[in-house]
Amino acid sequence: MKGFGRYMMFLGSLFVRRETFATYYKLILEECVQIGVNSALLFILVSTFIGAVTTVQTAFNMVSPLIPRFVIAQVVREMVVLELAPTIMALIYAGKIGSSMASGLGTMRITEQIDALEVMGINSSSYLVLPKIVASILMYPLLVVLSGVCAIIGGYIVGTFIHIITPTEYVSGLRFGFNSFEIVVALTKSVVFSFLISSISSFKGYFTKGGALEVGIASTAAVTTSVIAILLADYIIVNLLLQ
Amino acid sequence: MIKIKDISKSFGDKMVLENISSEFDKGKTNLIIGSSGTGKSVLLKCIVGLISPDNGRVYYDLRNFTEADKEEKSEIRREIGMLFQGGALFDSKNVEENVMFPLDVLTKMPLDEKLDRANLCLKRVGLENVNKKAVSEISGGMKKRVGIARAIVNSPNYLFCDEPNSGLDPQTSILIDELIHEITHELDITTVVVTHDMNSVIGIGEKIIFLYKGHKLWEGNNADITHSGVAQLDDFVFANKVMSKMRSL
Repeated sequence: MKGFGRYMMFLGSLFVRRETFATYYKLILEECVQIGVNSALLFILVSTFIGAVTTVQTAFNMVSPLIPRFVIAQVVREMVVLELAPTIMALIYAGKIGSSMASGLGTMRITEQIDALEVMGINSSSYLVLPKIVASILMYPLLVVLSGVCAIIGGYIVGTFIHIITPTEYVSGLRFGFNSFEIVVALTKSVVFSFLISSISSFKGYFTKGGALEVGIASTAAVTTSVIAILLADYIIVNLLLQ
Repeated sequence: MIKIKDISKSFGDKMVLENISSEFDKGKTNLIIGSSGTGKSVLLKCIVGLISPDNGRVYYDLRNFTEADKEEKSEIRREIGMLFQGGALFDSKNVEENVMFPLDVLTKMPLDEKLDRANLCLKRVGLENVNKKAVSEISGGMKKRVGIARAIVNSPNYLFCDEPNSGLDPQTSILIDELIHEITHELDITTVVVTHDMNSVIGIGEKIIFLYKGHKLWEGNNADITHSGVAQLDDFVFANKVMSKMRSL
Protein backbone atom coordinates (compact mmCIF):
# COMPACT_ATOMS: atom_id res chain seq x y z
CA MET A 1 0.00 0.00 0.00
CA LYS A 2 2.90 2.33 0.77
CA GLY A 3 4.24 1.78 -2.75
CA PHE A 4 0.81 2.46 -4.24
CA GLY A 5 0.58 5.66 -2.21
CA ARG A 6 3.97 6.79 -3.49
CA TYR A 7 2.88 5.94 -7.03
CA MET A 8 -0.26 8.10 -6.67
CA MET A 9 1.79 10.98 -5.23
CA PHE A 10 4.22 10.58 -8.11
CA LEU A 11 1.36 10.86 -10.60
CA GLY A 12 0.13 13.95 -8.78
CA SER A 13 3.59 15.53 -8.99
CA LEU A 14 3.47 15.38 -12.80
CA PHE A 15 0.88 18.13 -12.90
CA VAL A 16 2.43 20.73 -10.61
CA ARG A 17 4.99 23.36 -11.65
CA ARG A 18 4.67 22.39 -15.30
CA GLU A 19 6.86 23.84 -18.04
CA THR A 20 5.55 25.70 -21.10
CA PHE A 21 3.39 23.97 -23.71
CA ALA A 22 6.11 24.47 -26.34
CA THR A 23 8.61 22.57 -24.16
CA TYR A 24 6.23 19.63 -23.76
CA TYR A 25 5.26 19.68 -27.44
CA LYS A 26 8.86 19.10 -28.51
CA LEU A 27 9.46 16.45 -25.87
CA ILE A 28 6.23 14.60 -26.72
CA LEU A 29 7.17 14.53 -30.42
CA GLU A 30 10.59 13.10 -29.56
CA GLU A 31 9.00 10.46 -27.35
CA CYS A 32 6.43 9.60 -30.04
CA VAL A 33 9.26 8.81 -32.43
CA GLN A 34 11.09 6.83 -29.79
CA ILE A 35 8.01 4.92 -28.64
CA GLY A 36 5.93 4.62 -31.78
CA VAL A 37 8.04 4.76 -34.90
CA ASN A 38 10.94 2.78 -33.44
CA SER A 39 8.60 0.04 -32.20
CA ALA A 40 6.54 -0.33 -35.37
CA LEU A 41 8.80 -2.90 -37.03
CA LEU A 42 8.78 -5.19 -33.99
CA PHE A 43 5.00 -4.94 -33.75
CA ILE A 44 4.56 -5.69 -37.46
CA LEU A 45 6.82 -8.73 -37.26
CA VAL A 46 5.38 -10.20 -34.08
CA SER A 47 1.73 -9.65 -34.93
CA THR A 48 2.04 -10.92 -38.50
CA PHE A 49 3.56 -14.17 -37.30
CA ILE A 50 1.10 -14.55 -34.43
CA GLY A 51 -1.80 -13.99 -36.87
CA ALA A 52 -0.36 -16.62 -39.20
CA VAL A 53 0.21 -19.16 -36.43
CA THR A 54 -3.25 -18.55 -34.94
CA THR A 55 -4.81 -19.29 -38.33
CA VAL A 56 -2.89 -22.55 -38.76
CA GLN A 57 -3.58 -23.71 -35.20
CA THR A 58 -7.29 -22.85 -35.39
CA ALA A 59 -7.59 -24.79 -38.64
CA PHE A 60 -5.72 -27.72 -37.06
CA ASN A 61 -8.23 -27.84 -34.20
CA MET A 62 -11.32 -27.63 -36.43
CA VAL A 63 -11.70 -31.20 -37.47
CA SER A 64 -15.49 -31.37 -37.78
CA PRO A 65 -16.78 -31.11 -41.37
CA LEU A 66 -19.93 -29.50 -39.94
CA ILE A 67 -18.02 -26.32 -39.05
CA PRO A 68 -17.65 -24.04 -42.08
CA ARG A 69 -14.08 -22.96 -42.91
CA PHE A 70 -14.85 -19.25 -42.62
CA VAL A 71 -15.10 -19.78 -38.85
CA ILE A 72 -11.29 -19.95 -38.82
CA ALA A 73 -11.12 -16.31 -39.90
CA GLN A 74 -13.85 -15.40 -37.43
CA VAL A 75 -11.86 -16.98 -34.56
CA VAL A 76 -8.68 -15.23 -35.71
CA ARG A 77 -10.52 -11.89 -35.81
CA GLU A 78 -11.95 -12.32 -32.31
CA MET A 79 -8.62 -13.33 -30.85
CA VAL A 80 -6.74 -10.56 -32.60
CA VAL A 81 -9.15 -7.73 -31.86
CA LEU A 82 -9.98 -8.61 -28.28
CA GLU A 83 -6.78 -10.06 -26.89
CA LEU A 84 -3.78 -10.38 -29.16
CA ALA A 85 -3.49 -6.83 -30.45
CA PRO A 86 -4.19 -4.92 -27.24
CA THR A 87 -3.07 -7.33 -24.50
CA ILE A 88 -0.35 -9.63 -25.83
CA MET A 89 1.25 -6.69 -27.60
CA ALA A 90 1.07 -4.75 -24.31
CA LEU A 91 3.29 -7.40 -22.75
CA ILE A 92 5.79 -6.93 -25.56
CA TYR A 93 5.43 -3.16 -25.25
CA ALA A 94 6.19 -3.42 -21.50
CA GLY A 95 9.31 -5.43 -22.30
CA LYS A 96 10.59 -3.02 -24.92
CA ILE A 97 9.38 0.45 -23.97
CA GLY A 98 8.73 -0.07 -20.25
CA SER A 99 12.18 -1.42 -19.55
CA SER A 100 13.74 1.31 -21.70
CA MET A 101 11.87 4.03 -19.76
CA ALA A 102 12.84 2.56 -16.39
CA SER A 103 16.50 2.09 -17.25
CA GLY A 104 16.73 5.51 -18.91
CA LEU A 105 15.28 7.32 -15.89
CA GLY A 106 17.23 5.09 -13.49
CA THR A 107 20.49 6.00 -15.20
CA MET A 108 19.55 9.67 -15.10
CA ARG A 109 18.90 9.30 -11.38
CA ILE A 110 22.19 7.61 -10.49
CA THR A 111 24.24 9.99 -12.65
CA GLU A 112 22.60 12.99 -10.92
CA GLN A 113 20.96 14.25 -14.12
CA ILE A 114 17.59 14.35 -12.32
CA ASP A 115 19.19 16.27 -9.44
CA ALA A 116 20.59 18.71 -12.01
CA LEU A 117 17.07 19.38 -13.31
CA GLU A 118 15.75 19.89 -9.78
CA VAL A 119 18.56 22.33 -8.92
CA MET A 120 17.66 24.35 -12.02
CA GLY A 121 14.16 24.77 -10.59
CA ILE A 122 12.57 22.36 -13.07
CA ASN A 123 9.98 19.83 -11.89
CA SER A 124 11.97 16.80 -13.05
CA SER A 125 9.11 14.31 -12.82
CA SER A 126 6.83 16.49 -14.89
CA TYR A 127 9.56 17.36 -17.40
CA LEU A 128 10.79 13.82 -17.89
CA VAL A 129 7.77 11.61 -17.26
CA LEU A 130 4.68 13.50 -18.47
CA PRO A 131 5.83 13.52 -22.13
CA LYS A 132 6.51 9.78 -21.93
CA ILE A 133 3.01 9.06 -20.65
CA VAL A 134 1.29 11.35 -23.15
CA ALA A 135 3.32 9.97 -26.06
CA SER A 136 2.60 6.44 -24.92
CA ILE A 137 -1.16 7.10 -24.76
CA LEU A 138 -1.01 8.63 -28.24
CA MET A 139 1.15 5.99 -29.89
CA TYR A 140 0.15 2.68 -28.33
CA PRO A 141 -3.44 2.66 -29.69
CA LEU A 142 -1.97 3.27 -33.15
CA LEU A 143 0.41 0.38 -32.64
CA VAL A 144 -2.52 -1.80 -31.57
CA VAL A 145 -4.41 -0.94 -34.76
CA LEU A 146 -1.29 -1.65 -36.80
CA SER A 147 -0.80 -4.90 -34.94
CA GLY A 148 -4.41 -6.01 -35.51
CA VAL A 149 -4.21 -5.27 -39.22
CA CYS A 150 -0.88 -7.10 -39.56
CA ALA A 151 -2.13 -10.16 -37.65
CA ILE A 152 -5.21 -10.44 -39.86
CA ILE A 153 -3.07 -10.01 -42.99
CA GLY A 154 -0.61 -12.60 -41.65
CA GLY A 155 -3.49 -15.06 -41.15
CA TYR A 156 -4.80 -14.34 -44.63
CA ILE A 157 -1.44 -14.85 -46.34
CA VAL A 158 -0.63 -18.12 -44.58
CA GLY A 159 -4.21 -19.47 -44.65
CA THR A 160 -4.59 -18.97 -48.37
CA PHE A 161 -0.99 -19.89 -49.22
CA ILE A 162 -1.19 -23.35 -47.65
CA HIS A 163 -4.84 -23.81 -48.74
CA ILE A 164 -6.39 -23.95 -45.28
CA ILE A 165 -9.00 -21.44 -46.34
CA THR A 166 -9.93 -19.62 -49.53
CA PRO A 167 -9.62 -15.83 -49.77
CA THR A 168 -13.41 -15.49 -50.05
CA GLU A 169 -13.99 -17.66 -46.96
CA TYR A 170 -11.39 -15.68 -45.00
CA VAL A 171 -12.92 -12.31 -45.85
CA SER A 172 -16.48 -13.49 -45.20
CA GLY A 173 -15.30 -14.99 -41.88
CA LEU A 174 -13.80 -11.66 -40.90
CA ARG A 175 -17.08 -9.90 -41.65
CA PHE A 176 -19.44 -12.53 -40.20
CA GLY A 177 -21.10 -11.43 -36.95
CA PHE A 178 -18.71 -8.54 -36.51
CA ASN A 179 -19.55 -6.31 -33.56
CA SER A 180 -17.85 -2.93 -33.86
CA PHE A 181 -18.00 -2.50 -30.07
CA GLU A 182 -15.07 -4.89 -29.89
CA ILE A 183 -12.93 -2.18 -31.46
CA VAL A 184 -14.00 0.18 -28.69
CA VAL A 185 -13.01 -2.45 -26.12
CA ALA A 186 -9.62 -2.96 -27.82
CA LEU A 187 -8.91 0.77 -27.95
CA THR A 188 -10.03 1.25 -24.34
CA LYS A 189 -7.64 -1.50 -23.33
CA SER A 190 -4.83 0.07 -25.34
CA VAL A 191 -5.23 3.46 -23.65
CA VAL A 192 -5.38 1.94 -20.16
CA PHE A 193 -2.45 -0.39 -20.78
CA SER A 194 -0.26 2.33 -22.29
CA PHE A 195 -0.91 4.55 -19.27
CA LEU A 196 -0.12 1.72 -16.85
CA ILE A 197 3.07 0.66 -18.61
CA SER A 198 4.48 4.16 -19.04
CA SER A 199 3.57 5.40 -15.56
CA ILE A 200 4.66 2.27 -13.67
CA SER A 201 7.93 2.00 -15.60
CA SER A 202 8.68 5.69 -15.10
CA PHE A 203 7.87 5.39 -11.40
CA LYS A 204 10.24 2.45 -10.98
CA GLY A 205 13.02 4.18 -12.90
CA TYR A 206 12.57 7.61 -11.33
CA PHE A 207 13.07 6.32 -7.79
CA THR A 208 16.09 4.13 -8.52
CA LYS A 209 18.73 4.28 -5.79
CA GLY A 210 22.27 2.96 -5.98
CA GLY A 211 24.23 2.08 -9.08
CA ALA A 212 24.17 0.09 -12.31
CA LEU A 213 22.91 -3.05 -10.58
CA GLU A 214 19.90 -1.20 -9.19
CA VAL A 215 19.10 0.22 -12.63
CA GLY A 216 18.83 -3.35 -13.91
CA ILE A 217 16.65 -4.30 -10.93
CA ALA A 218 14.40 -1.27 -11.53
CA SER A 219 14.07 -2.21 -15.18
CA THR A 220 13.07 -5.79 -14.33
CA ALA A 221 10.66 -4.59 -11.64
CA ALA A 222 9.09 -2.17 -14.15
CA VAL A 223 8.34 -4.99 -16.59
CA THR A 224 7.10 -7.40 -13.90
CA THR A 225 4.81 -4.85 -12.24
CA SER A 226 3.53 -3.61 -15.60
CA VAL A 227 2.67 -7.16 -16.70
CA ILE A 228 0.74 -7.82 -13.49
CA ALA A 229 -1.08 -4.50 -13.82
CA ILE A 230 -1.95 -5.25 -17.47
CA LEU A 231 -3.42 -8.65 -16.63
CA LEU A 232 -5.47 -7.24 -13.77
CA ALA A 233 -6.68 -4.28 -15.83
CA ASP A 234 -7.51 -6.63 -18.73
CA TYR A 235 -9.75 -8.69 -16.47
CA ILE A 236 -11.46 -5.60 -15.05
CA ILE A 237 -12.06 -4.00 -18.47
CA VAL A 238 -13.46 -7.19 -19.95
CA ASN A 239 -15.78 -7.58 -16.97
CA LEU A 240 -16.94 -3.99 -17.19
CA LEU A 241 -17.40 -3.76 -20.96
CA LEU A 242 -18.29 -7.24 -22.17
CA GLN A 243 -20.71 -8.52 -19.56
CA MET B 1 25.27 35.63 0.66
CA ILE B 2 24.05 32.26 1.90
CA LYS B 3 23.44 31.63 5.58
CA ILE B 4 22.92 28.23 7.13
CA LYS B 5 21.66 27.92 10.68
CA ASP B 6 21.68 24.81 12.90
CA ILE B 7 21.48 22.32 10.03
CA SER B 8 21.07 18.75 11.26
CA LYS B 9 20.44 15.64 9.25
CA SER B 10 20.33 11.97 10.10
CA PHE B 11 19.66 8.86 8.06
CA GLY B 12 17.97 6.34 10.33
CA ASP B 13 20.00 6.18 13.54
CA LYS B 14 23.08 7.70 11.95
CA MET B 15 23.52 11.41 12.60
CA VAL B 16 25.30 12.80 9.53
CA LEU B 17 25.17 16.52 10.30
CA GLU B 18 24.71 18.16 13.68
CA ASN B 19 23.90 21.83 14.18
CA ILE B 20 26.00 23.25 11.36
CA SER B 21 25.85 27.03 11.11
CA SER B 22 27.86 29.32 8.86
CA GLU B 23 27.73 32.07 6.28
CA PHE B 24 29.00 31.89 2.72
CA ASP B 25 30.05 35.30 1.47
CA LYS B 26 29.25 36.87 -1.86
CA GLY B 27 32.17 37.27 -4.27
CA LYS B 28 34.20 34.64 -2.44
CA THR B 29 35.04 31.02 -3.08
CA ASN B 30 33.70 29.28 0.02
CA LEU B 31 34.94 25.76 0.69
CA ILE B 32 33.41 22.93 2.68
CA ILE B 33 36.19 20.49 3.44
CA GLY B 34 36.66 17.27 5.37
CA SER B 35 37.48 13.62 4.95
CA SER B 36 35.23 11.22 3.05
CA GLY B 37 32.00 10.43 4.91
CA THR B 38 31.97 13.56 7.05
CA GLY B 39 28.76 14.89 5.51
CA LYS B 40 30.11 17.50 3.08
CA SER B 41 27.96 16.45 0.14
CA VAL B 42 24.93 15.98 2.39
CA LEU B 43 25.38 19.53 3.65
CA LEU B 44 25.63 20.82 0.08
CA LYS B 45 22.48 18.91 -0.88
CA CYS B 46 20.69 20.36 2.16
CA ILE B 47 21.72 23.84 1.06
CA VAL B 48 20.39 23.43 -2.50
CA GLY B 49 17.30 21.56 -1.30
CA LEU B 50 17.99 18.15 -2.81
CA ILE B 51 17.81 16.77 0.74
CA SER B 52 15.52 18.22 3.41
CA PRO B 53 17.36 18.85 6.69
CA ASP B 54 15.77 17.48 9.87
CA ASN B 55 16.42 20.79 11.60
CA GLY B 56 17.80 24.18 10.70
CA ARG B 57 17.30 26.77 8.01
CA VAL B 58 19.02 27.94 4.85
CA TYR B 59 18.78 31.59 3.79
CA TYR B 60 19.60 32.90 0.33
CA ASP B 61 20.16 36.63 0.78
CA LEU B 62 17.74 36.64 3.72
CA ARG B 63 15.14 34.58 1.84
CA ASN B 64 14.21 31.55 3.93
CA PHE B 65 14.73 28.68 1.49
CA THR B 66 13.93 25.84 3.89
CA GLU B 67 10.45 27.05 4.71
CA ALA B 68 9.64 28.41 1.25
CA ASP B 69 6.83 26.76 -0.73
CA LYS B 70 7.55 24.89 -3.95
CA GLU B 71 7.03 27.93 -6.17
CA GLU B 72 9.35 30.11 -4.08
CA LYS B 73 11.96 27.36 -3.96
CA SER B 74 11.72 27.02 -7.71
CA GLU B 75 12.30 30.77 -8.11
CA ILE B 76 15.40 30.69 -5.88
CA ARG B 77 16.70 27.62 -7.67
CA ARG B 78 16.58 29.47 -10.95
CA GLU B 79 19.32 31.66 -9.51
CA ILE B 80 21.49 28.63 -8.75
CA GLY B 81 24.11 27.01 -10.93
CA MET B 82 25.56 23.70 -9.88
CA LEU B 83 28.46 21.57 -11.00
CA PHE B 84 27.95 17.94 -10.03
CA GLN B 85 30.68 15.47 -9.17
CA GLY B 86 30.22 13.46 -12.37
CA GLY B 87 29.19 16.46 -14.46
CA ALA B 88 25.54 15.27 -14.66
CA LEU B 89 25.43 16.23 -18.32
CA PHE B 90 22.44 14.99 -20.29
CA ASP B 91 23.54 12.01 -22.40
CA SER B 92 20.81 12.60 -24.97
CA LYS B 93 22.12 16.06 -25.81
CA ASN B 94 25.38 17.29 -27.31
CA VAL B 95 27.72 19.79 -25.61
CA GLU B 96 26.00 22.88 -27.03
CA GLU B 97 22.52 21.62 -26.19
CA ASN B 98 23.65 20.81 -22.66
CA VAL B 99 24.95 24.32 -22.12
CA MET B 100 21.88 25.91 -23.71
CA PHE B 101 19.49 23.71 -21.72
CA PRO B 102 18.79 26.11 -18.81
CA LEU B 103 18.11 28.89 -21.32
CA ASP B 104 15.79 26.61 -23.33
CA VAL B 105 13.70 25.72 -20.33
CA LEU B 106 13.90 28.78 -18.12
CA THR B 107 13.93 31.69 -20.58
CA LYS B 108 12.18 32.85 -23.72
CA MET B 109 15.41 33.94 -25.39
CA PRO B 110 15.55 33.62 -29.18
CA LEU B 111 17.73 30.81 -30.52
CA ASP B 112 20.47 33.14 -31.84
CA GLU B 113 20.85 34.77 -28.45
CA LYS B 114 20.92 31.41 -26.70
CA LEU B 115 23.60 30.16 -29.06
CA ASP B 116 25.69 33.30 -28.53
CA ARG B 117 25.38 32.95 -24.77
CA ALA B 118 26.27 29.24 -24.85
CA ASN B 119 29.28 29.90 -27.07
CA LEU B 120 30.41 32.71 -24.79
CA CYS B 121 30.25 30.41 -21.76
CA LEU B 122 32.01 27.59 -23.58
CA LYS B 123 34.73 30.01 -24.62
CA ARG B 124 35.00 31.25 -21.05
CA VAL B 125 35.72 27.74 -19.80
CA GLY B 126 38.26 27.22 -22.57
CA LEU B 127 36.20 24.99 -24.82
CA GLU B 128 35.82 25.80 -28.47
CA ASN B 129 34.89 23.69 -31.49
CA VAL B 130 33.32 20.99 -29.35
CA ASN B 131 29.73 22.24 -29.65
CA LYS B 132 28.40 19.30 -31.61
CA LYS B 133 30.27 16.59 -29.72
CA ALA B 134 28.30 14.02 -27.78
CA VAL B 135 28.89 13.88 -24.02
CA SER B 136 30.38 10.39 -24.40
CA GLU B 137 33.02 11.77 -26.78
CA ILE B 138 34.62 14.24 -24.37
CA SER B 139 37.09 13.69 -21.53
CA GLY B 140 36.40 13.95 -17.78
CA GLY B 141 38.03 17.38 -17.55
CA MET B 142 36.01 18.63 -20.52
CA LYS B 143 32.82 17.32 -18.91
CA LYS B 144 33.58 19.40 -15.82
CA ARG B 145 34.15 22.46 -17.98
CA VAL B 146 30.89 21.88 -19.85
CA GLY B 147 29.23 21.45 -16.44
CA ILE B 148 30.64 24.81 -15.34
CA ALA B 149 29.53 26.44 -18.60
CA ARG B 150 26.01 25.07 -18.07
CA ALA B 151 26.04 26.24 -14.46
CA ILE B 152 26.90 29.84 -15.37
CA VAL B 153 24.94 30.17 -18.63
CA ASN B 154 21.88 31.60 -16.90
CA SER B 155 23.95 34.16 -14.93
CA PRO B 156 23.41 32.60 -11.51
CA ASN B 157 23.77 34.41 -8.21
CA TYR B 158 24.93 31.23 -6.47
CA LEU B 159 27.31 28.59 -7.75
CA PHE B 160 27.72 25.19 -6.10
CA CYS B 161 30.41 22.70 -6.99
CA ASP B 162 30.44 19.16 -5.62
CA GLU B 163 34.01 17.81 -5.71
CA PRO B 164 34.85 19.64 -8.94
CA ASN B 165 38.26 18.03 -9.36
CA SER B 166 37.54 14.45 -8.38
CA GLY B 167 38.88 12.00 -10.93
CA LEU B 168 41.01 14.62 -12.66
CA ASP B 169 44.78 14.81 -12.99
CA PRO B 170 46.52 17.44 -10.79
CA GLN B 171 47.07 19.93 -13.62
CA THR B 172 43.47 19.79 -14.84
CA SER B 173 42.31 20.01 -11.22
CA ILE B 174 44.20 23.26 -10.75
CA LEU B 175 42.77 24.65 -13.99
CA ILE B 176 39.23 23.81 -12.89
CA ASP B 177 39.84 25.37 -9.45
CA GLU B 178 41.22 28.54 -11.03
CA LEU B 179 38.30 28.69 -13.41
CA ILE B 180 35.77 28.47 -10.56
CA HIS B 181 37.70 31.09 -8.61
CA GLU B 182 37.92 33.50 -11.55
CA ILE B 183 34.25 33.10 -12.42
CA THR B 184 33.27 33.79 -8.81
CA HIS B 185 35.10 37.12 -8.89
CA GLU B 186 34.07 38.05 -12.43
CA LEU B 187 30.37 37.48 -11.81
CA ASP B 188 30.51 38.53 -8.14
CA ILE B 189 28.55 35.48 -7.05
CA THR B 190 28.44 33.30 -3.94
CA THR B 191 30.33 30.10 -4.67
CA VAL B 192 30.33 27.05 -2.43
CA VAL B 193 32.72 24.23 -3.25
CA VAL B 194 32.81 20.83 -1.56
CA THR B 195 36.27 19.32 -1.75
CA HIS B 196 38.86 17.24 0.04
CA ASP B 197 41.66 18.30 -2.25
CA MET B 198 44.37 20.27 -0.41
CA ASN B 199 45.46 21.96 -3.65
CA SER B 200 42.00 23.51 -3.84
CA VAL B 201 42.07 24.45 -0.18
CA ILE B 202 45.37 26.26 -0.44
CA GLY B 203 44.70 27.64 -3.92
CA ILE B 204 41.19 29.07 -3.75
CA GLY B 205 39.91 28.74 -0.17
CA GLU B 206 38.91 32.30 0.68
CA LYS B 207 36.57 30.98 3.31
CA ILE B 208 36.73 27.43 4.59
CA ILE B 209 34.62 25.37 6.94
CA PHE B 210 36.00 22.06 8.14
CA LEU B 211 33.61 19.21 8.92
CA TYR B 212 34.54 16.28 11.09
CA LYS B 213 32.07 13.45 11.77
CA GLY B 214 29.11 15.70 11.06
CA HIS B 215 30.31 18.62 13.20
CA LYS B 216 31.83 21.91 12.15
CA LEU B 217 35.18 22.00 13.91
CA TRP B 218 36.80 25.02 12.32
CA GLU B 219 36.08 28.02 10.12
CA GLY B 220 38.67 30.30 8.56
CA ASN B 221 40.64 30.87 5.36
CA ASN B 222 43.57 29.33 3.48
CA ALA B 223 46.08 31.60 5.21
CA ASP B 224 45.11 30.33 8.67
CA ILE B 225 44.45 26.68 7.95
CA THR B 226 47.98 25.44 8.56
CA HIS B 227 48.06 26.82 12.11
CA SER B 228 44.49 26.25 13.24
CA GLY B 229 45.39 24.42 16.42
CA VAL B 230 42.64 21.87 15.73
CA ALA B 231 44.15 18.38 15.84
CA GLN B 232 41.64 16.79 13.46
CA LEU B 233 42.15 19.57 10.93
CA ASP B 234 45.92 19.23 11.19
CA ASP B 235 45.60 15.52 10.54
CA PHE B 236 43.53 16.30 7.45
CA VAL B 237 45.78 19.08 6.14
CA PHE B 238 49.07 17.32 6.74
CA ALA B 239 47.95 13.87 5.58
CA ASN B 240 49.48 14.80 2.25
CA LYS B 241 53.22 13.98 2.14
CA VAL B 242 54.09 17.27 0.46
CA MET B 243 52.20 19.25 3.08
CA SER B 244 53.78 17.12 5.79
CA LYS B 245 57.28 17.91 4.50
CA MET B 246 56.43 21.59 4.28
CA ARG B 247 55.34 21.48 7.89
CA SER B 248 58.62 19.88 8.98
CA LEU B 249 60.55 22.63 7.16
